[in-house]
Amino acid sequence: MMAGGAGTPRLGIVAIGVLILLIFVAIPLFFSQWVVFLVTIALAKAMVVLGVVLLLRGGLISFGHGLYFAAGGYAVGFAMRFLQVQDLVLLVALAMIAGTVMAALLGLLLRRYRGIFFAMLSLAVSMILYTLLLKFYSLTGGTDGMSIHAFTVFGVRPAAGTTRQVLYYAVFALSLGVLYLGHRFAASPLGYFMKALRDNEIRIEYVGASIAQPIYFSYVFSGALGGLGGGLSALSVGQISPEAAYWTTSGDFVFVAIFGGAQSIFAPFLGSVVFEFVKNYSVKFSPDAWQMTLGAVLLLIIFFLPDGLWSFKDAASRLWARWRRS
Amino acid sequence: MAAILEIRNLTKRFGMVLAVDNLVLEIAEGETVGIIGTNGSGKTTFLNLVTGYILPTVGTIRFEGVDITGLSPKQVTTRGIARSFQNPQLFTGLTAMENTLIAIAGRAGQAWDGWQPLKRRVWREEAADILDRLGLGDVAEQTVSSLSEGGRKLLDVALSLVLRPSLLLMDEPTSGVSVKDKFDVMDRVLRALDETRVTTVFIEHDMEIIERYAQRALAFDGGRVIADGTVDAILADPVVRESVLGAA
Repeated sequence: MMAGGAGTPRLGIVAIGVLILLIFVAIPLFFSQWVVFLVTIALAKAMVVLGVVLLLRGGLISFGHGLYFAAGGYAVGFAMRFLQVQDLVLLVALAMIAGTVMAALLGLLLRRYRGIFFAMLSLAVSMILYTLLLKFYSLTGGTDGMSIHAFTVFGVRPAAGTTRQVLYYAVFALSLGVLYLGHRFAASPLGYFMKALRDNEIRIEYVGASIAQPIYFSYVFSGALGGLGGGLSALSVGQISPEAAYWTTSGDFVFVAIFGGAQSIFAPFLGSVVFEFVKNYSVKFSPDAWQMTLGAVLLLIIFFLPDGLWSFKDAASRLWARWRRS
Repeated sequence: MAAILEIRNLTKRFGMVLAVDNLVLEIAEGETVGIIGTNGSGKTTFLNLVTGYILPTVGTIRFEGVDITGLSPKQVTTRGIARSFQNPQLFTGLTAMENTLIAIAGRAGQAWDGWQPLKRRVWREEAADILDRLGLGDVAEQTVSSLSEGGRKLLDVALSLVLRPSLLLMDEPTSGVSVKDKFDVMDRVLRALDETRVTTVFIEHDMEIIERYAQRALAFDGGRVIADGTVDAILADPVVRESVLGAA
């Protein structure tokens, strides 16, 4: 009885997971190019948001993840323009390396700070990059940014009209990889030390561990995800501009992190997909007031699902239990 | 027996307040020492100095023959000194098991590991064993915020014990615990300590606890040790009775 009772919900979760996977696999087959593009962008940005969420679990709010988003995008742009790299795998690897290296350097400074100082310092550094990208016009294209040309996959250029689909499946596959990494991280000592950091810094030292070490390694991982998401977004949009490093972009990532919730590694992906659709439909139907629509949606989430969209399943469970009791 | 902890001329000033005043004392290996004293007599400041929570104004602290003065809490802990707190310092959003596993990961130097699971079998077995020894086996999967005060005190000690220290310092292990539970809490702690033979120093206001569990007592007053000896001798000392116990 016990085994059956425990097995049934697990079977249900697996079934839901398989269904969601099949829906994502089917999207390019049944939906328009615009929807495919939106989901691609949402998944790419979700990787950056996951990086923000991993820090958020330790009580660290990064208002500067646009820095890594831009680093990944410009790494792709530079590699295409100056190194004539066109292979998707290599470009994605370079984007991730760019984010990792920048986070490894900046993390040496940021690991000492908490709270508002961490948030503001990360924001300040991203704004420095924003200014540099604007000023080094000959290298970066200034406000116009850089165009990202068509890519190849292991030396083969996708057939005409299939580029968007190829990129979609690449981003989807990478999302699964990122979710797996995120899962390993969350269940690891590093993931738990980040949770512990939010609860009690003093005790961490009194179990013989350094406080700076988990912050640093989490930050580097978070930066790598930022670079990866930035590179994939640039490839998807076909353009990278300094706006990527601007504080409003970083603010969007924090917004989506809160919007989706921080309890699960799936939450940033749910939050990002919903956010992209709400934002784009708001712009489409109320071009002059789309920010107001977005704000209203966030207010509704805060009122009814204060732990973010992902907590809908807890709310649904409570409603189901109440309905069964009645 | 050799001294595990040697304190020489230890002084701590907070502005005009002299919290610890030219303290000189030794703790021998394997001893169980109880520290008594009124509030503000320097007991907790002494513990904070030894464990690197605050820096001394002057003086030296030697542990196992090595000068540890001015080391950080992490450095002190990795050298073999563990402590529990008057207000248990725990990871309140996590379960008792997860708290213990984090302490094990800290001891193993694995705080940076982002790949292997925290809840690996070997560590879980070790955590379950220490929680069982302290009578926390039944509440291992409960979050800290749902534990009783006695449970939190015991868990605080559990996090120290998994570090396999040579010296354990406990700050009022039974404060906040109900009268009927205080002996139970101490029995469980001392029973767990018996198996590890760790040198133990604990601060306590309850003289029944001191009489029952300490081999040696130190009486603090005004940042100094005013009496040092067997528990019976200390509790009978007229100076201690007047300044610490408030009896004529």
